[in-house]
Amino acid sequence: MGLLSDPNRRRALISLLTRLNAPICVVCYMAGVAWFMGLAFEPFTLRTYMSENAMGSTMVEERFPAGERALGTGREFSAHKKKAGGMPVDWLVKTMQSRGLEVFTQRFSRRLPFPDEDKERYMVKGTNVYGILRAPRAPRTEALVLSAPCSPGDDNNQAVGVLLGLAQYFRNQVFWAKDIIFLVNEHDLIGMQAWLEGYHHTNTTGMDWSPLQGRGGSIQAALSLELSSDVVTSLDLVLEGLNGQLPNLDLANLFYAFCQKIGVLCTTQGKLQRNDWDSVSGYSHAVQTMMLMVMKQASGRPWGDHGLFLRYHIEAATIKGINSFRQYKTDATTIGRLLEGMYRKLNNLLERLHQSYFFYLMPSLSHFVSIGYYMPAFGLLALILLLRALDLWIQLATPPTFNLNPPPSQMSSPGVLSVLTPLVISHLTGVALYTLPIHFQEIAVEHFPVSETEAVVLTAIAVYTAGLALPHNTHRGLFVPPFNGWKVLKLVAVLYLAVLLGCTALINFSLGFILALTLVPVAAFVTPDVPKALSAFIMVILSPACTLLFSVFLFQELQEMPVSFLDGWMLYLSVISQGILDHALYGSLVYPLVALLVYPCWLLFWNILFWK
Amino acid sequence: MAAPLTLLLLVAVTVRAALYRSSLADLISERVEVVSPLTAWKRVVEGLALLDLGVSPYSGDVFHETPLIIYLFHFLVDYAEITFMLADVITAVALYLSVKDYNKQVFRKQKYALEADRYPLDCLELIRSPKEMQYIPLKVAMFYLLNPFTILSCVAKSTCGLNNAVIALFVLSTIKGNVLLSAIFLSLATYQSIYPLTLCAAALLYLLQRQYIPVNLRRFSFWWFVAQYAFMYLGSLFVIVGLSFFLLGSWDFLPSVYGFILSVPDLTPNIGLFWYFFAEMFEHFRLFFLCVFQINVFFYTVPLSIKLKEHPVFLIFMQLAVISIFKSYPTVGDIAASFIKHHKASSASSLNIFLVSCVLLACSALFPVLWHLWIYAGSANSNFYYAITLLFNVAQILLVSDYFYAFLRREHHLSHGLYLKRKDGSEATLVLK
Repeated sequence: MGLLSDPNRRRALISLLTRLNAPICVVCYMAGVAWFMGLAFEPFTLRTYMSENAMGSTMVEERFPAGERALGTGREFSAHKKKAGGMPVDWLVKTMQSRGLEVFTQRFSRRLPFPDEDKERYMVKGTNVYGILRAPRAPRTEALVLSAPCSPGDDNNQAVGVLLGLAQYFRNQVFWAKDIIFLVNEHDLIGMQAWLEGYHHTNTTGMDWSPLQGRGGSIQAALSLELSSDVVTSLDLVLEGLNGQLPNLDLANLFYAFCQKIGVLCTTQGKLQRNDWDSVSGYSHAVQTMMLMVMKQASGRPWGDHGLFLRYHIEAATIKGINSFRQYKTDATTIGRLLEGMYRKLNNLLERLHQSYFFYLMPSLSHFVSIGYYMPAFGLLALILLLRALDLWIQLATPPTFNLNPPPSQMSSPGVLSVLTPLVISHLTGVALYTLPIHFQEIAVEHFPVSETEAVVLTAIAVYTAGLALPHNTHRGLFVPPFNGWKVLKLVAVLYLAVLLGCTALINFSLGFILALTLVPVAAFVTPDVPKALSAFIMVILSPACTLLFSVFLFQELQEMPVSFLDGWMLYLSVISQGILDHALYGSLVYPLVALLVYPCWLLFWNILFWK
Repeated sequence: MAAPLTLLLLVAVTVRAALYRSSLADLISERVEVVSPLTAWKRVVEGLALLDLGVSPYSGDVFHETPLIIYLFHFLVDYAEITFMLADVITAVALYLSVKDYNKQVFRKQKYALEADRYPLDCLELIRSPKEMQYIPLKVAMFYLLNPFTILSCVAKSTCGLNNAVIALFVLSTIKGNVLLSAIFLSLATYQSIYPLTLCAAALLYLLQRQYIPVNLRRFSFWWFVAQYAFMYLGSLFVIVGLSFFLLGSWDFLPSVYGFILSVPDLTPNIGLFWYFFAEMFEHFRLFFLCVFQINVFFYTVPLSIKLKEHPVFLIFMQLAVISIFKSYPTVGDIAASFIKHHKASSASSLNIFLVSCVLLACSALFPVLWHLWIYAGSANSNFYYAITLLFNVAQILLVSDYFYAFLRREHHLSHGLYLKRKDGSEATLVLK
């Protein structure tokens, strides 16, 4: 209060902030980036530890013996799958029943808004089969889920085999206090979506599915298994779910703890953990792992079948078997023992997993960065916006002196109008970007030699580009804009961006940070006085669409699968179509966020650049 | 001046009507920021249903509005939307008229003071000119009607809009100098939500000033007037409460409305300060802290009344702001009501206003986000939401104290001259400590 109300000190503070505004902004930006890069440095991170008491202290013994038999079942499943040309429903029902489960099926169908060329599907029809192992020791109010996808081709047969093997083994144990649901879902996420909606009696995406005939208690945790070979070299843990949501860190801890105990190689983002954190290569390895996690989280899409569980407060993760040409191999029995151990610990849970963190980044499986450590990186970037806004405000208002005259009213009526028009027009462009691609696909297909998917993506790109040409002419015309009108617009735009990025970073830190990384410099430097051509080029480079393009290349680079420019471009197009599909199918929020809010906000800055 | 006001009213009503028809209305009426357990429309509907069944609307601990409100909506339930829009319009018009009237008085006073050469020469620029004052009533009305907070609470059909209308009518009748109506509306406002009780002092001060009765504890005329006002106020309060009793046929409503406001049994999160504390507290400290928290609302009346004894209208608005911060179930509608004066107060340092409005803006955006993370995503928890609530309230308190400071500074300059000199002749500055 003293600082704010004492005019002398306030004046000193203001003059300091206005004089040093640009250097402070540059320092903040560098500090923000440096802080973020520092997060991967091992001494700055915390070791993971089990917070949940019920899972930590109790010992369990894993005795699952029947790995070979499970693989045999998997081969049988694969044969029946080939014969049925899809999900072998009858065989699965019979097999599950013979293992003593209560078996039910669910049919679902869904027409995609446009054909998905990556997975080659448009009209999707399928069946989920699930069996419930009723808990012998407790009222059946809680449940755990183990799922395996029934994928086309030869994928994931072993996963179904292990699932059925575990079902048979679990059936003979008496200590289960929670129902265990064994689910084989068809059409990966679409099937999972149908099953979850059916289980929870919701219908958020307008999908057709038949109601579930049998139900367990409320689901506490879920694991999804992906296994495509008889032996694996390592198990990979996938955590990123819909809209960048992550499961409770205890689930990752549990997986890590059992991998250590049983002696299985475990990875996250497909990267093994290294012990040489003090060497350059060790550090860059950790940075790569963390960057991969950040990019996956920022994409907002579910990276495994577990991704949709998180929406229903269910902690879930996908465990993926990876088979590479290494010496070290793990067989199906060991994987079964690992899963058995995890389920027995989850079975001990007395309440939902909530003790550990929900907001974290993982530079390796044994280390994590919690929200308190990574938020300052974003905070430093957001601070730039606030400083710029403060600077603009001081420029607009009369410098505070002794007179008590109110500052000249900033929002005189032409001022309001000159701000309102660009705001409205850029948001209308955003609405067009959001609605037109899907609505215009038929017209586009009629008139141009493209497929539906290409039509959607190309329309989106066309609208995006057209938006650049449109709004910078709007404020001429009706009236003479007031001198300094752009400052008012910039003040509004900077504050808008700050609030927008802040909210985004809270929901999905990675997305907020990546957007801040590219949009904050734009917001900080753009004025009508800078050289037009160069600044326009820089602004386009830093626009959301180009950010996405760079992210695609960077992602491939980090995964050690670099692509040529042409392949990268094709990948970019497919990423856009996947983004739109994710929104339509699962309700991912990234596409509407970018189209309706981020892009219009960027257009405001574009508008300022061309202010006359 | 009537034409712009009419236009403004039309715009405001159109916006509200459009929002009522959109799908947003349902979403808004569920938000905890907009409706409280006291004012939620859903609960009024429940109360009506119980009343229709011949059961006391207060059975079942859902409905907590006053009996007059439920009987009002007993007749008007089909026209609820129009009623709420009308309430907003009445509030705006009442504010418009009262500010206009108050401006006239300010000018008269200023003229006398000028003629008597009471102002120092160098602060002529502080003196209000008719031109800059002309649009203030309209601005105040606009600020109330087009404020997103007001619009939200109107669209949610929060009964807080009706309370605001009653308070606005109270302000109007007080400024017009009508003692009886002022007492009646004040008692109605008190009947609705206890807290306006604190406005009593301000109203008394204003009416005394208007009738040229000096505030002197030894004068009979002072006590006589206070007794008159108290009699009218308590009498009408008694009549209203008695009327409620006869309408309802039982005293159920007393514990259910006033007990509910004072003892805060419903700890649904809202933008106030109560819920988090009382959810965490040990049961045997509850009574003590309840008293501490509730005293906050009433406590500031005495010092503020003494300090602002010459400026009762400013006092009214300070009190409203204090109520909206410290009441037990605040909603954004209350805050909107407390903002209205701020256009009128002389502007404080522009930097502070900027910071505070940034914080308020950010908080308003963060409320739904953190609510989503806490309730739907399950990844954040109540601490996140409460942190924002705290920040929001701190910003409001800063805003209020800022205006208070600016007001005091203006008064100081008016009496001591604009360019203050220290004893040694250097420029001096005013510091709030």
